[in-house]
Parts: sequence; C-alpha cells; structure tokens
Amino acid sequence: MHKELRKYIVSLLDKGKRSDGRALDQYRQPVSVTYGVSETAEGSAQVQIGDTIVMAGVKLSIEKPFPDTPEQGGIAVNVELYPLSSPDFEPGPPGIYAVELARVVDRGIRESKAIDMKKLCIEKGEKAWTVGIDIVTINDAGNLFDACSLAAMAALKNTVFPKYEDGELNYKEKTKKKLQLYKEPTSVTIYKIGKSYIVDPNMDESHVYDARLTVASTADGMLSALQKGGEMPLTSHDINVMIDLAIQKANFLREKL
Amino acid sequence: MVYKKRIDGRALDELRPIEAKAGVIKNADGSAYFKIGKTVSYAAVYGPRELHPKFLQNPKTGLLRCYYNMMPFSGVGDRVRPGGSRRSKEISMVIQKALEPVLELQDYPNAVVDVFIELSQTDAGSRCAAICAAAIALADAGIPMRDMVSAIAVGKVDDKIVADLNYDEEAYEDGPVADIPVAVLHNTKEITLLQMDGEISKDELLRALEVAKHATEKIATIQFAALKEKYAVQR
Repeated sequence: MHKELRKYIVSLLDKGKRSDGRALDQYRQPVSVTYGVSETAEGSAQVQIGDTIVMAGVKLSIEKPFPDTPEQGGIAVNVELYPLSSPDFEPGPPGIYAVELARVVDRGIRESKAIDMKKLCIEKGEKAWTVGIDIVTINDAGNLFDACSLAAMAALKNTVFPKYEDGELNYKEKTKKKLQLYKEPTSVTIYKIGKSYIVDPNMDESHVYDARLTVASTADGMLSALQKGGEMPLTSHDINVMIDLAIQKANFLREKL
Repeated sequence: MVYKKRIDGRALDELRPIEAKAGVIKNADGSAYFKIGKTVSYAAVYGPRELHPKFLQNPKTGLLRCYYNMMPFSGVGDRVRPGGSRRSKEISMVIQKALEPVLELQDYPNAVVDVFIELSQTDAGSRCAAICAAAIALADAGIPMRDMVSAIAVGKVDDKIVADLNYDEEAYEDGPVADIPVAVLHNTKEITLLQMDGEISKDELLRALEVAKHATEKIATIQFAALKEKYAVQR
C-alpha cells in the first residue's frame, strides 16, 4: 500500500537523511513534559513529542490484595486511543494496539521495580493501594510507545496520596506524601527500515517500517522490558545496535522528566 | 434566607473563570479547549466524511454524531471506567440535540460530522462545557452554522437562583437544589438543551432561564474571541 512512500524513505535513509530533515537518532521538537494537567487525578502529566500529545493520569484506590500476594499493592496500566486524537481511531473497546501499548508500558514500570509493591500495602491480606495509570491520546502524530511510557512515568512522579485516616479515604484532601519511585524506567522504540535504525518515527515512517524494538531501560543501563514488533525479523546484530541506541536515547528522554 | 453567600464566594450570577482556545488538536478538522472553573473539556471535529456503516447514510443530508466521554482520571474519587455508561450515552445524545439545530448539513449528503468530546477534569457542568467546546470546534472546522451555541448550568440552591453551579453546590444538603443545564443560541435566544433535576417552581425556573440567557451571552463572547484569536490576520 505504501510501496512508493517506502522507496522514497529508504532512499533518503540510505543517504543518512529523513523526510523531515532530522538525523536518524534525533527526536522531533519539542520533547516536553507538563505536570499536573488534571486536578482530579492523584498525579498527572502531559507529554508532547513533536505533534504527538498524550496525557496520563494516576488514580489511587484501596483494594483487597490478591490472595497470592497478600502483602502487596498493585499497578494497572490502561491506554485509550481516543477517536478525538486521530481520524484512524474509532470509538469502541480497546483494540490490540492499545492493549499492546498498555502492556509494554506496564512491564517497563513493573519489572524495573520503580514502585515497591510492598510499600503499597496498608493491611496485610485486607487493604493495599492500587496505582491505576490511564494514558490517553490527544493527538497522534506517531511514536505513541515512547510518548505513553514517558507520560506514565511523569504522572507517577507527580502523584501524591489522598488523605486516608481511620479507614476513611478522602480524595478531596491531598496529603504531601508522594508516591515513592526507586527507578525511572524510560522506553525508547528503535525502528528498522531497510538497513537503517531510527528513533521517533513520523507518520510516514510509521507506515513503512520493517521491525521495531521497544526497550525500557533505567539510568544504570539495565533493561526492564522489551517488545519486538513489525513484520520482519531482527538479527542479534540488529538487537545489539538497537539496545545501545535505546539506552542512549532513554537518557535524553529521562532528562525531560 | 439560609444560603446567603455561595460556597466559593461568587456573586449569584457570577460564572467561574473561563478559558477557551480553538485549534488545539492538529489531526482534527476543527478542535477546541474549554475550561470553566475546574471543569476542562476538549472537543475534536472530524468531517464531513463518509458515514459507515452505509445503511445509516442519508442521501438528503449529512448527519451529526457526538461522543461525550470522561477521561478515567477526570472525577474526584473513583476512577471512571472507560467504555461508556448509560450516563455518557444520554449526555452524548442531548449534546447532539443541542448542536444540531444550528448546523446546515444538507450540502453533505451521505456524510457524517463526528464530534468527540473528552473531559480531563470535572467539577460539575461538564455537559455544558462539552457543548461550548464542541460549538467552537464545529466553527473551527468550517461547518456551516446559523448561530453559536453556548451552554451553562443554572439552578437553585436553597432559596437563591444561581449560575454555574459547582459540585459542592450540587451536593448542598441544607435546602432544596435544582440543577438546570441550558444551551442557548446566541442570536435567537432559543433553547436547545434543557434538563433539570431537583426541586423548583415554574416561576423560579423562568427566572433561572433569564439568568442562563445573560450567562450564555458572556460565554458566547469568549467563544467568539477564541475563534478570532486563531483566525486573526497577522500584520
């Protein structure tokens, strides 16, 4: 369907160029984080990467812990691809793309142990905090993986606990107690088109890539989640190069938090 | 005479601070941001575009479809479960009915104009904020409109007729409360949205509607200003 577009993009990439003039490892401008964009959330943030805008909000609730982890709270990540944000999105239950986005963001945060689930426990086997992270799209101009992950981390950084006293939860009164984060896992998705590796694809590039690899990494260079996507396979060499680039770019994105 | 002063200190007919902006979502054909107090609404218009499924198409005119939705974190307290509720369905429908009368869609047979409205935070008056944002977005999209649509919740708290109730006023417990969302057309002063829940006499209702007409005039000015700001000629 995008045969001619692909030919054009690959011919540019072979010369080390992109259709919008960026370097292969360069994000669009601006990359920005705005904190506290929803007063009703316990924490919130808006992330803009180029023309892509996503918003994330955290709701804290008290739930009964799962029987197999009675001393732990939990996190739940959800992504909504709003039809408001793109002519390509339709109303209805989340499709596989939204589910994949949510699960990759979830794993990046969960597996890095950014949140100590045990610290979320209020009463063993009875009460624990659940951290609900909802990420919604405002304008989709490509690279939702990185934008959603960054927005989720930003919203978590912005999160404070509501007042909880004598078994009563009062959402109207926020405390000064912040949600403690031990790591800042940051996802970078590297796209392979032809022989080239790029970050932060624009819409044209999103339509013609061969393979993508989302890498969530922390400041110490450890990886907490991976997700390969796209139609074409990757070699070990590809993966080696892509992870190096992802770790380097994660440091760039983390600075924006 | 119990309700002497409003909970947040406003005058009886005073609106909460309002901000409006046109063209906030690049992908959309028209879009707007409308904030009143702590209620924030985004609207995006897509269309006129071909309507699917095809059997819904009308060869005589284009159709309007509105979707109202609260973001999961947009309420104080519990998370709002995504996926639509009976409430959001009904509100979507009344928003559509509030906007339809001003639109000229007969030049777009078989087409649809979709209006998607998302609330990122709410403190009462969300359907009215949704209508205000949607009306700006429709104008921004260049959809032919006979008039501007502006909406506000008026009502009664105890013995007082007030404009723009916030959540604390809706939840007032020491006397009767009536909450009346109203949409008013700017030129004709006709009413395209009218709902009420609570307790109120006919006399008080008519007074409340007059308050709504004054309030929506102020809102229309802000809606027009948002559009003018976007389309201002740079000199």
